[in-house]
Amino acid sequence: MLKYLDEYRDKDLAQNLVAQINYASKKSIRIMEVCGGHTMAIRKYGIQNLLPPTIKLLSGPGCPVCVTSRSFIDKAIAYSAMPDIIITTYGDLMRVPGTSSSLLKEKARGADVRIVVSTLDAVKIAKENPEKTVIFLGIGFETTTPPTAIAVLEASKIKLKNFLILSAHKLMPPAMAALIDEGTLIDAYIGPGHVSTIAGSKIYKPLVNQYDISVVISGFEPVDILQSIWMLVKQIESGIPSVEIQYSRAVSQEGNLKAQNLVNDVFEPCTAFWRGLGAIPKSGLKLKPEYNSFEAESLLPLEIAEKPEPKGCLCGQILKGQKIPTDCKLFGKTCTPEKPVGACMVSDEGTCAAYFKYNDY
Amino acid sequence: MCLSVPAKILNIEGSNAKATVGGSIINVSLQLVENIEIGDYVLVHTGFALEKIDAKTARETLAMLTSMVEENPEDMIRFIEI
Ligand code: SF4
Repeated sequence: MLKYLDEYRDKDLAQNLVAQINYASKKSIRIMEVCGGHTMAIRKYGIQNLLPPTIKLLSGPGCPVCVTSRSFIDKAIAYSAMPDIIITTYGDLMRVPGTSSSLLKEKARGADVRIVVSTLDAVKIAKENPEKTVIFLGIGFETTTPPTAIAVLEASKIKLKNFLILSAHKLMPPAMAALIDEGTLIDAYIGPGHVSTIAGSKIYKPLVNQYDISVVISGFEPVDILQSIWMLVKQIESGIPSVEIQYSRAVSQEGNLKAQNLVNDVFEPCTAFWRGLGAIPKSGLKLKPEYNSFEAESLLPLEIAEKPEPKGCLCGQILKGQKIPTDCKLFGKTCTPEKPVGACMVSDEGTCAAYFKYNDY
Repeated sequence: MCLSVPAKILNIEGSNAKATVGGSIINVSLQLVENIEIGDYVLVHTGFALEKIDAKTARETLAMLTSMVEENPEDMIRFIEI
């Protein structure tokens, strides 16, 4: 298998694909990737520089950390200040700036904030600390929701009373639609690979029907991305938009039904607040009423409003594909991966961080 | 955080498995997948196997790409001339 992975990085194959794209591309088109993993790979391999001037690549709201609203971080920080609370989170969230602090700063000040690599580790911490309340910060798209659902089911099975979820889980298709509704000019989407592994390519059908947009679900190696772009160009040149799967070694039309059923058992859609995009109906997931006893916000209510982005930070527009990091006056000056001002500079998958790291500007 | 890695399953105990990724051994939960066997490659994300990676499809995609390129040398030449 790993041998094949190497081949997906094969220079000759990539060059041939670049030639095919150059040959096939006539119309000017704008292609957006909505997965932070793709943003990173596109920057790392300098893919935009290989493409003809007819093709413009845009980065969208695909980094789960970046789209997490400031009020969510503010809430997590407020919880961390309460007595007998342990916050558990994926490491990426630690440095994301809230309004006036970050989880990392709070941890340095003594708050009990612990990084976990799996939701089941968070459940384990709750089991081992019955005198404390453990809150897991559930963030991410279709890919990270099933593990959260499993944690809730596990906690429910063993009747844990001290395990809560603060959910900012989100669904990708409503955001993809919201961007087009907002007027970002997009002809095609490079579909997120791992979101689609779980949800299946079928989730993009309504988008294609409603907006005549092309979607190709792509893997993460350079050859994958180039082949996806080539497939999109051919779709657009032929005038027939559809959903295609390039990443067929991991994605099917139906997706992972077991994972989908688990999510449907535990969660239901709700309005979610996205950094940059604002509130989007049915784009978030909250626990179903029968799992209310695991829902942090109903058990420990907080009144925290969304605050605007820090002065000068263009994260909102960058997440919408309307601005690029170099348009931001703070980029590379006051805002760097070591001292991020906005969320897009925090995670490796953030657009500003990817631009900075690969010096692609 | 969204990064997922392909890992090879080494052994399975109930719904837990050990798998290798680039030389290191990790614990993987198999609760989201079905019919996984030792030797399979799975896509691992935050400690969970999301799906089996189909080596046959991977091979086919590469073969298709290679033959496509071989089939259309004309196109290539035309492009290079431009
Ligand atoms: S460079 Fe920093 S401040 Fe500017 S948009 Fe990106 S994250 Fe925000």
